[in-house]
Amino acid sequence: MDLDYAQASAFYEQMLLIRRFEEQSGRLYMAGKIRGFLHLYIGQEAVAVGAMSALRSDDYIITHYRDHGHALARGMDPNIVMAELLGKATGSSGGKGGSMHLFDVSRGLMGGHAIVGAHLPIAVGLALSAKYKGEDRIAVCFFGDGAVNQGEFHEALNMASLWELPVLFFLENNLYGMGTHVEKAHAGGRDIFHGADAYRMPALQVDGMDIVDVREGTMRAVERIRSQGGPVLLEAMTYRFVGHSVQDPEAYRDSAEVDEYRERDPLVTFKDRCMKQGLISEDEAARIEDSVNDAVAEATRFAEESQEPSPESLYDNVIDASSTE
Amino acid sequence: MPEMNLRDAVSMGLREALDADDRVFILGEDIGEFKGPYAVTNGFLEQYGAERIIDSPISEAAMVGAGIGSALGGLRPIIEIMTINFMLLAMDQVVNHAAKLRYMSNGQIKVPMVIRTVTGGGGQLGATHSQSLEVWFATVPGLTVVAPSDPYDALGLIRSSIEDDDPVIFAEHALLYRIKGEVPDRHYTVPLGMAKVKRHGTDITLVAYSRMVHVALEAAEVLAERGVDAEVVDLRTLRPLDKETVVDSVRRTGKAVVVEEFWRTGGLAAEVASTIQEEAFDYLDGPVGRVGGVEVPAPYNGTLEAAALPNAARVVKYIEDLYGI
Repeated sequence: MDLDYAQASAFYEQMLLIRRFEEQSGRLYMAGKIRGFLHLYIGQEAVAVGAMSALRSDDYIITHYRDHGHALARGMDPNIVMAELLGKATGSSGGKGGSMHLFDVSRGLMGGHAIVGAHLPIAVGLALSAKYKGEDRIAVCFFGDGAVNQGEFHEALNMASLWELPVLFFLENNLYGMGTHVEKAHAGGRDIFHGADAYRMPALQVDGMDIVDVREGTMRAVERIRSQGGPVLLEAMTYRFVGHSVQDPEAYRDSAEVDEYRERDPLVTFKDRCMKQGLISEDEAARIEDSVNDAVAEATRFAEESQEPSPESLYDNVIDASSTE
Repeated sequence: MPEMNLRDAVSMGLREALDADDRVFILGEDIGEFKGPYAVTNGFLEQYGAERIIDSPISEAAMVGAGIGSALGGLRPIIEIMTINFMLLAMDQVVNHAAKLRYMSNGQIKVPMVIRTVTGGGGQLGATHSQSLEVWFATVPGLTVVAPSDPYDALGLIRSSIEDDDPVIFAEHALLYRIKGEVPDRHYTVPLGMAKVKRHGTDITLVAYSRMVHVALEAAEVLAERGVDAEVVDLRTLRPLDKETVVDSVRRTGKAVVVEEFWRTGGLAAEVASTIQEEAFDYLDGPVGRVGGVEVPAPYNGTLEAAALPNAARVVKYIEDLYGI
């Protein structure tokens, strides 16, 4: 494990922040303070944090609706994210986006997108703009195993490969598209990354429960994209420990399977390894726990105390709203 | 004033934009080497090169998605969708993404994209290639929908559409490409969202757009022979709708018939008629009428197809029946 003390602490802290933020989001949902759909990232933290650690600040990120983890790992202020979840004026979209639509253009986060597979072509366009302008930034597109059965997955891979565009197609295979197992949905089986061969696109698979493997795989993919142009498909094998959304009774899977994956909890295994190797001390782990708990408490306080959006904001940022009144 | 046809007017507007702004590029099927399915981009590849005149695979969803992404990346894409019937393959990108990203991101991003497409029937192309689906897009907040009827408006409106910072659907009627008209040498634009009175009259208002403007004008000539002086309003932009020009005309004439190629059920004429009765009820001498396409899929046979589309004789007959004139 080629990490220094600061990296080990930072990665653990970011993963723990996502875990605690999501646990708190779930509680706020049950309390009726977050409404709509809420898709938690619990279990998949190593993917977002490992991937983001291998990217540059000017790279584009575009992701799916399970997007809190990516937003936090990209450095978005938890206060702003939580405020958006509570629909407040101080949220990242002023309360008009919600959990599934987090944007922070200042960090290159071009949105959480809630139509499965639809943001893959948008990632192609982001990469097209970078190549068109002669920039060496890349577009990283996170999507789930459910998206690969959409036509737009294939259209996007074809277009990106055909035009040698700098896209990292980052597949988070958590085995379930909502409640349907990947083996029941994808004719190619669970190792989806082989499908990139059809588009003459390099592909690799990493252990999404291991942040170091995710990070190193992402670094290899990014290096290849920046040096040789053209896209790469990276598949991270991961698992969500909680339901598809907070309202999911999980009738489609055995609790034994969930328990099995929980044995491989990416936070616990990473922390244990770091402690064994002396990268994180007991004191440091305790400090991180306190720091994260404080951040989540502060985000909750900030969001709860923030104002509701003004009635006038209903009409902001859409053309011609006045003419349809 | 020089005369040119509508195809050349659109072509001229595109060339101006390509000349003036490096961020403008065109992506479409067969727009380069094939020289454009309707020859609007004839010669563009040779002049502007393959980086700016991009021949796309047949992949409408990804084309529009890539357009959106490139707009997010700071470009000014013009996407050519060969006919509006194929827009159905990209419906999700247009409706769920292009139209909504500015609102959902609370203004963090905009989508300055023009989708040019070919609309309308009358070419014996059968049911899947003869529709006037711009009406559907005109129901969506966040989109501007434009459909010019003559070369002057086509050039003025394509200029305004490309300059606009939000997505515009620009629908060119297949049977209008050869229609000629005067286009001034001086630079001008036609603002989005403004209708135009194409023929002044005092007895009845005919409202139409695109090819149906010509049908309405023809009907007006027939009515004139009978001593009925019809005013013809060309909507030019379907969304936002210029209610003021329509209502002002009807307040003067007291009668209104809306003519459109789209099916009557749920058509734009229903919206226009409803607006008229809301805002000019006390000025009306009778019901607001609608002449639309017959409610069948467009037949291939020329005689049958002609029977399914509005024409001047049908409009005149309808007016006779409705108003007894």
